[in-house]
Amino acid sequence: MFEMLQYDFLVRALVVGLLVSVCASLLGVSLVLKRYSMIGDGLSHVGFGALAVASALNLAPLHVSIPVVMLAAFVLIKISSGGKIKGDAAIALLSSSAMAIGIIILSKTNSGADMNSYMFGSIMAISNEDLVLSVICSVVVIALFVLFYNKIFGVTFDEGFSKATGVKADLYNTVLALLTALTVVVGMRIMGALLISSLIIFPALTSMRVFRSFKSVTICSALVASVCYIIGMEVTYNMDLPAGASVVVVNLGAFLLFAIIGLVVHRQRKG
Amino acid sequence: MEEYLIKCNNLSAGYEGQTVIKNLSFEVKQGDYLCIVGENGSGKSTLMKTILGLKSAASGEIIFGGGLRQKEIGYLPQQTAAQKDFPATVKEVVMSGCLGRSGISPFYSKADKKLCNDNIELLGIKNIQHRSYKELSCGQQQRVLLARALCATRKLLLLDEPVSGLDPMVTNEMYEIISRLNKEEGVTVIMISHDLQGALKYGSKILHMEGGEYYFGTTEEYRSTDIFHEMSTCDCHCCCEHHNARRKKEDEENV
Repeated sequence: MFEMLQYDFLVRALVVGLLVSVCASLLGVSLVLKRYSMIGDGLSHVGFGALAVASALNLAPLHVSIPVVMLAAFVLIKISSGGKIKGDAAIALLSSSAMAIGIIILSKTNSGADMNSYMFGSIMAISNEDLVLSVICSVVVIALFVLFYNKIFGVTFDEGFSKATGVKADLYNTVLALLTALTVVVGMRIMGALLISSLIIFPALTSMRVFRSFKSVTICSALVASVCYIIGMEVTYNMDLPAGASVVVVNLGAFLLFAIIGLVVHRQRKG
Repeated sequence: MEEYLIKCNNLSAGYEGQTVIKNLSFEVKQGDYLCIVGENGSGKSTLMKTILGLKSAASGEIIFGGGLRQKEIGYLPQQTAAQKDFPATVKEVVMSGCLGRSGISPFYSKADKKLCNDNIELLGIKNIQHRSYKELSCGQQQRVLLARALCATRKLLLLDEPVSGLDPMVTNEMYEIISRLNKEEGVTVIMISHDLQGALKYGSKILHMEGGEYYFGTTEEYRSTDIFHEMSTCDCHCCCEHHNARRKKEDEENV
């Protein structure tokens, strides 16, 4: 563990990754329960397209992808609540289109190295400037989540009731989507476009195996996400494996462990 | 003169370009227990959403009186599928009824917490307040949602089929609770229901909606109308059919 911290790029990957894991897991609880799990996945594909455009135009990756993906999130949440095209179909359309455009741009302008790193992530990808921007984004996400925690609960549990009693549900849905967009963009450099959404989905599902209140599920998700990320990086470092994939596999392990604990605990409680 | 809480004037409303409510007028006074009955597709839910402001009216108007604001209506929606596996404690759910009144403040105030505790006591769910919502029985869940609605208001409750899917004993219990809130706590009640018998027994007024025709009056007056006789014979007819079908099936099984 401490050996890892000698390398600057690993420290950067660790800091950014941890912050992103916590953000993603907090937002994930609400997204999973609202049946919006696919939004993270869709946004990461849009992010892939944006990164490809940025690299072709020689621009800073985050400067291009943050606004583009936030715009996509805004559009997606409008489509999902509008109900003309079903939400999941809309996400699939948008994400595969963005992905296809990204692949074409990369294949014309770049070597395969970039494509590989965008799709599967790289711990080398974080520059010092990225680090600063990532930390700012993560702090914003966490602060807003804490401030809006009660409202997010209300809107997630029962949108109709919240709206009827004067809570601006659409506003909070949009905030949720924009925060997710930020998190996805920052995280996908390490985790890769294909795997970042697992950071959103896994911790929430894992915690729900065992815990039964919104608060405990939220707190547990953040803890599980952090621990899994650290273990994943440790595995990456020691066994020379791709970072994103390692983190996801560790998350899978945690999910299975919690599933077993959940079965045992709830059987005992019933019996 | 008694003041109205809600007055609906020549209201027309619908969805996706279809008008399902045409020129509907009625009013709800303080202390009323109004049951809205009628078959599916007659616009009951659309009316409810329009009253709540979740939908806008095509024409006509809904006026709120007696100091009632639109966002002060306690709403008991039908349960959604997503709530069946939602991790939340009873207390978390009831607390969320205070969200509307807490405005932009990010946290619940002391008054919110007290209100929440009072309503938990009132509905007799104190012993289960730390339990998980999804592990409760349907009847208990409805009590929790009712407590949440009461956190939003003490003036007017809007209940969307509160007894559908409950077994007869729990249904009666639910009716008694609603009736108690109406009589003892002075809460005005508007209830959408498929259960005509329950509506007649507990409601003080009936709004009958069917295919663009409306009847609005007291429960007593309603009993003597043609629509009521049609409804009740129709119900009986359905019952008989159901009964016959079951007997036929039993006969077949015996053979």
